[in-house]
Amino acid sequence: MSYFDYLAFGIYPYIAIAVMFLGSWVRYDREQYTWKTSSSQLLEKKQLRRGSIPFHIGILAILGGHAVGLLTPHQVWDFLGISASFKQMIAMGVGGFFGLICLYGLLILLKRRMTNPRVRASSNPMDIAILWLLLAQLLLGLSSIFVSAGHMDGSEMLKLMAWAQNTVTLDISEAVAAMDGVHWIFKAHIVLGMTLFVVFPFSRLVHMLSVPLQYIGRPHQIVRQRFGR
Amino acid sequence: MKVRAQIGMVLNLDKCIGCHTCSITCKNVWTSREGVEYAWFNNVETKPGIGFPKEWENQEKWHGGWTKNASGELELKIGGKRRVLANIFANPDLPEIDDYYEPFDFDYQYLHNAPDSKHQPVARPRSLISGQRMEKIEWGPNWEEILGTEFEKRKKDQNFNDVVQKDIYGQFEKTFMMYLPRLCEHCLNPACVAACPSGAVYKREEDGIVLIDQDKCRGWRMCVSACPYKKIYYNWKTGKSEKCTFCFPRIEAGQPTVCSETCVGRIRYLGVLLYDADKIAAAASVANEQDLYQAQLDIFLDPHDPKVIAAARAEGITDNWITAAQNSPVYMMAMDWKVALPLHPEYRTLPMVWYVPPLSPIQSAVQAGHVGVNGEIPDLKSLRIPLKYLANLLTAGDEKPVVRALERMIAMRAFKRAQQVDGVEDLAVLKQVGLSAHQVEEMYRYMALANYEDRFVIPTSHRAYAENAYDLKSSCGFSFGNGCGDGNNGVNLFGAKAKGVRQVIPVELKD
Repeated sequence: MSYFDYLAFGIYPYIAIAVMFLGSWVRYDREQYTWKTSSSQLLEKKQLRRGSIPFHIGILAILGGHAVGLLTPHQVWDFLGISASFKQMIAMGVGGFFGLICLYGLLILLKRRMTNPRVRASSNPMDIAILWLLLAQLLLGLSSIFVSAGHMDGSEMLKLMAWAQNTVTLDISEAVAAMDGVHWIFKAHIVLGMTLFVVFPFSRLVHMLSVPLQYIGRPHQIVRQRFGR
Repeated sequence: MKVRAQIGMVLNLDKCIGCHTCSITCKNVWTSREGVEYAWFNNVETKPGIGFPKEWENQEKWHGGWTKNASGELELKIGGKRRVLANIFANPDLPEIDDYYEPFDFDYQYLHNAPDSKHQPVARPRSLISGQRMEKIEWGPNWEEILGTEFEKRKKDQNFNDVVQKDIYGQFEKTFMMYLPRLCEHCLNPACVAACPSGAVYKREEDGIVLIDQDKCRGWRMCVSACPYKKIYYNWKTGKSEKCTFCFPRIEAGQPTVCSETCVGRIRYLGVLLYDADKIAAAASVANEQDLYQAQLDIFLDPHDPKVIAAARAEGITDNWITAAQNSPVYMMAMDWKVALPLHPEYRTLPMVWYVPPLSPIQSAVQAGHVGVNGEIPDLKSLRIPLKYLANLLTAGDEKPVVRALERMIAMRAFKRAQQVDGVEDLAVLKQVGLSAHQVEEMYRYMALANYEDRFVIPTSHRAYAENAYDLKSSCGFSFGNGCGDGNNGVNLFGAKAKGVRQVIPVELKD
């Protein structure tokens, strides 16, 4: 266990989660006016529709897959009779499929943001940075499929699951130990992922916390009082 | 019966001269900011025309307002709640900036520093979004001003639907026009409120003003699509939607909105309407679109009825509001004289900014004696603006209420002309249109003289009772969003003052 491993996989995740949690909290509390999707659809519609829909579908599926795949204890999979190698195959297939959908959308959105003069001029630096970060993270994730193809027994995946679950249960030494001998692509993917957690509250990504599911249940009309009587 | 009060507006189109003072004063007060340069909370369009944004009345294109679904229930035209959420990644019904216009400014400085040249220097336009040179300005909030652009384009105006031989109105001899100042309708059944996934758009109970909570707005943009009048604008800079506020800080203080206050033609009226909130859903979902006008009239309550007054008091509506409702010019024009009509009631939003239809010149044939005249009142079919056109605009195509309103206005003129020029009381003409002499005198007072005090009957809100003034001491005044924060995303982690903050120089006392 090198010092770097300890820092990157033992300490950094907690810093990242703390920054994300506290940062989002402070922003929601103090600067809610800035809490928004930052849509630029008004300025450019056609490319946005072509890019945004596959991007969002892809990334939501990937996010969900990571949450379920990494955080579900392997005992549950054992109980369900799903072997590690089979699970790895599913993860590679489904993850790869949605990863490509997401990549397709992301490339359209990135091209649009960089080349459309209206969108480019109205972007702040974080809007642009977040797209490049997501692209890098997505490419790392997709290229990890080729690494996984080299060992179909699921052992590498079990290590990553152990890291994630031990991190959640605050068992730092176990978490760091699990990362021993993992391919550098996975390591880079994790560090960049944690970095996305860090930038989360300072970027437009916060809008994912505002998925308006309550809309389904509320009445159509809203009436508010200006002055309580 | 659940009595609620609303400040409504009536615009007397018969007197609108299309000067755009309302638009300009509104712009100066509310939207002279980056991100909403293109937004006109109030704009004046010349009709017939496709308007601003382009073809806003074409709901087959934009899907604004409400519709009745297969099971007969009221549903947003952009779709039910699940469909609204399904479209959240990219709204299919959102206009693009070019449907409004690309905001621009001119290179004025070039007029000062242009080098010597054979030709006079010109200040050319530059985009306020991208900063790039614009070769051509393509559209604007009053692009069709006084019949600008060719008829082939203007005839796409939806109000021409079912107008017989609409192509003849492209001929110079047959052409007609009218002005239509437009602002948020502050509807009783607002589609924008219903479409907001975040629940940020709301209607105020006290005065019916529809507002967007800038803190809660997340920029999903569904309100822009759902509003059939296209009077919600997405601020591309702040990422939040904005709309006409009905100048609520002024209304609360008993003052008219800026557009009304500054109207040089004195065409605007503001007054309280009491209505029964329990009947809104039923009124908005009547089967026949042409019944929507009457359905909306039926939910307005008579402010002189003791039962209504008692019910209003029970809801906490204060006496100065009830008195204002009894003296409301809006009630008189909409309910007593029925000269004011709603704008596009077929959108089923129950709009609360109403319009008195404009009279128009009688075609020369009448004066030559070829067209029937019914006593003092000419056959309205000979008016230059086709009745069907006005009916499509104001009563979902039903011509009868438009005829009634126009005939009453003509009768008022005939009566006053006879009275003041010939010195006779021409009661016959009043009987013909179903008005009493007293009603006509009142109409004359409110619509012809139109004094300030009669046009604007606005009760003040009872802020003093509701708020503790002591707690408000030293707090910040009007602000967008985050209290006294500037809402700027450029957070400076090192605590330096943001650029543009004015440093106040402390006063020094010297002997």
